Amino acid sequence: MTTVEKQLKAAPRRYGYILTITAITLFLLYWSSSAIDFSKVDEKGIAIAEGIIKGLLQPDLSLFNLTKQSVPYLLVETLAIAFLGTIVGAILSIPFAFLAASNIVPKPVAWLTRLLLIIIRTIPALVYGLMFIRVTGPGPFAGVLTVGITSIGMLSKLYVDAIEELDTKVLESMTSIGCSTFEKIRYGIVPQLLSIFMSVTIYRFDMNMRDAATLGLVGAGGIGAPLMFAMRSYRWNQVGSILIGLVILILIIELFSNWLRAKLVKG
Amino acid sequence: MYDKLFPPKKFVLPNGKVVLQKRSRVPFITLIVIIAAVISYRFTEFSFQVLFTRINEFFKIIGDMIPPNWDYFPQLWKALLDTLKMSLIGSFIGAILALPFAVLSSSNIIKSKTVVSVFKIILSLIRTMPTLVSALIATFIFGLGPMAGTVAIMLFTLSYVGKLLYEAIENVDMGAFEAMESIGMTRIQSFRYAVIPQVLPGYLSQSLFCFEGNVRYAAILGYVGAGGVGLLINEGLGWRDYPSVGMIILALVVTVFIIERVSEHFRKKLI
Repeated sequence: MTTVEKQLKAAPRRYGYILTITAITLFLLYWSSSAIDFSKVDEKGIAIAEGIIKGLLQPDLSLFNLTKQSVPYLLVETLAIAFLGTIVGAILSIPFAFLAASNIVPKPVAWLTRLLLIIIRTIPALVYGLMFIRVTGPGPFAGVLTVGITSIGMLSKLYVDAIEELDTKVLESMTSIGCSTFEKIRYGIVPQLLSIFMSVTIYRFDMNMRDAATLGLVGAGGIGAPLMFAMRSYRWNQVGSILIGLVILILIIELFSNWLRAKLVKG
Repeated sequence: MYDKLFPPKKFVLPNGKVVLQKRSRVPFITLIVIIAAVISYRFTEFSFQVLFTRINEFFKIIGDMIPPNWDYFPQLWKALLDTLKMSLIGSFIGAILALPFAVLSSSNIIKSKTVVSVFKIILSLIRTMPTLVSALIATFIFGLGPMAGTVAIMLFTLSYVGKLLYEAIENVDMGAFEAMESIGMTRIQSFRYAVIPQVLPGYLSQSLFCFEGNVRYAAILGYVGAGGVGLLINEGLGWRDYPSVGMIILALVVTVFIIERVSEHFRKKLI
C-alpha cells in the first residue's frame, strides 16, 4: 500500500452524517416541490408570454419623449429616489454603526443595536413603503424614506465590520506624539473608514435602484406604477419600452458603480 | 484633467528636490454629490416639514403592531409555509440551472467567444430585472399563486449564483486542468476532476446564501399575487389591522433568523 492510499483510507468517514443531511435535504425538496404547478398555464398565459416578447421587440417609442409621463422622466425620478434614499440611509447608518461596534460601546449596547438592525433588515421594503404612504401620502417622497430605511440594515452591518477592523496602532502612535482627540479622529480614523464607507454606499446605491423601481408597485413613486398599469391593461408595447428603459438604466448604474468602486479600491 | 485645472501643490525639500502633492478631489466630489442631492430633492418632493410633522404616524403604526395579534397565527401558517416552499424549490432549481449557464459563460472552458458573451449577456439581463417585476410578469403567465413566485426566485437565483460561479470558474488554477488533459483525459473528465473540486464549496455556500436572501424576497412577492405572506401583509395594512401585520412580521423575523443561523452553520463548514 502506498502512502497516498494510506492517507486516503485514513480520511474520516462520516457516512451517517452525510446520509442524514442528504435525507433531510431530499425530504425538504420533495415537500417544497408542491409549489410547482403548471395547471394554471393555459392558452391565455401563453398568449400573454407572446405579447410580452412582441412588446419587447416592438417597444412603444412614443413614450421616449420629455413629458411627465414619459419613460425617461420616470427613470430619472426612480434614480432620484434611489440616490436621495441612499444618502438618507447612509447618514442614518453612521450612528447605528458606531452603536453596534463592540470595540466602541459596551457589549450589551452593541448587542441590542444589532438585534434592532436585524429586525430593521428583515422587514421587507414593500412593508415600509406601505407604511410610509400612510405618513406622507403616495408619491416619490414615500419612496425616498423607504429606500433610506431599508438601506440602514445592510449599510450599518457593513460599516460595523469596517469599524471593528480599525487599526488602533495608528491611534496609539498619534496619542504618543501628542495629537488631540479631534486630530486623532480627522487623521487617524476618517482616512481608514472613508473609502470603505463610500465603496459600501455606492454598492447599496446600485441595489437601491432595483428597490426603487419596484416601490412604484405600491404607489411610492418611480417607474413601478406605470409598469403595473401597462401590464394590467395588456399594453405590451408600453411594457416593452418601460422594461427596456429600466434594464438599460440599471445596467448603466451597475457598470458605473463597479468602475467607481474599483477606482476607490485602487486609491 | 482635474490636475490641469487645479495644479498640484509644490514642496521643495531641504535637499532641493521638488515633490508634487496632487490636490484633493474631495471638494469636487462633495460638490457633485450635493448638486445631485438637491436635484433629487426637487424631483422627489422631499419635505422636511412633512417629515417632522407626520413622522409620529409611522411610530404610531409600529406602536399598534406591538403587541402582535397572536390569534392571527393559524391563518398565517399556510402562507408562511408557501413562502418557504417557494424560496426553497426556487433556489434549488435556480442553483442547478446556474451550473450549465456558468460553464457556458466561462471564457477559460468554452473557447468560442460568441457563446461566452451571449451567455454572459443573458445572465446580466436576467439579473437587472427586479425580482418583483419578474414575479409580476410570471403571475400573468403562470397564474396567481406560488408557481409565479417560484419562477421569479428561480430566475434571480440563476442569475446571481450563475454570475458568482462563472467568476469562480474563470479564476481557478488551470494548471491541474492542463495536466489532466496532457495525460489523456477528455475535457469533460478534466473539468470534473480539476475544476469542480475547486469551485464546489464556494458554489454550495453561495447557493445557501442566496436561499437566505430569497426567503426575504419571497415574503413580499405575494403583493403582486405570487403566493406567500405578501398578500396578507397587503391586506393587513389595507384594513389598518396593524396587530396582525405585527404578527406576520414577527413570524418572518423569527423564520429568517432561524434559516440564517442554519445556513451560516453549513456555510462555515463548507469553507
